[in-house]
Amino acid sequence: MKTLQQRYEGRGLGHDLIIQTSVRLMVPFIQLFGLYVIVHGHYSPGGGFQGGVLLGASFILLALAFDIKMSMRHFSERINLVLGNTGALLFVGTGVLCALVGGLFLDYSALTALFPMDAIEWRSFGIFIVEVGVGLAVASIMLSLYWDLSSNGDLEEGL
Amino acid sequence: MKTVALLATLLTGALLLYGTKDFAPWADPQSPASTHLSAYYIENAVKETHVPNLVTAVLGDYRGYDTMFETVVIYCAGLAVVSVLRRRKS
Repeated sequence: MKTLQQRYEGRGLGHDLIIQTSVRLMVPFIQLFGLYVIVHGHYSPGGGFQGGVLLGASFILLALAFDIKMSMRHFSERINLVLGNTGALLFVGTGVLCALVGGLFLDYSALTALFPMDAIEWRSFGIFIVEVGVGLAVASIMLSLYWDLSSNGDLEEGL
Repeated sequence: MKTVALLATLLTGALLLYGTKDFAPWADPQSPASTHLSAYYIENAVKETHVPNLVTAVLGDYRGYDTMFETVVIYCAGLAVVSVLRRRKS
């Protein structure tokens, strides 16, 4: 790890105009596509896991082409942790909520008691809520894993 | 010690490989998995959940409990890495 960081400083690895420009152009499209994959998971191949990985990878790409500070300016450490917790809580919370309003655990049709909508529509919408939770958790945890593992945990300078 | 570990690994591997002999053959329409659950999902998923993507319906609704713990596993991995490695006060 140490030698890699020294090489990084010595030869200016990663600071390449072509790479930085192309990453700058690509990242918004990757993020948009990630959101599309999460939201469109009902109708086409996709879902929370795949879309979350795309979202997380876009910020990892920023960190690789520029540095960790750059990716943390766009997606701060605190927001990252909050979103990771929110994602996991959204999934478990939906399940618990279903049980609280009188159904079985994760039986989304029970949520008609909260908001009057067709039970089958709720089952479809419940899947969507849960997928958003999965996407948030996966994106932020992936990013957190990269940040911490690549910078030895001090979030100062990574690979 | 190393030899014992190697032997144990090889033995477990051999047992697992031996176990695959009893699996249903690939793409066998008469295997138990294809005759009970899959047929139910294919026939009723769209009707019951209004989700055209069968994979999402199974993952998010019928097998929601499984997916929940997949998410929790990822979450725990993140928590473990943060709590072991993170040195900066946030």
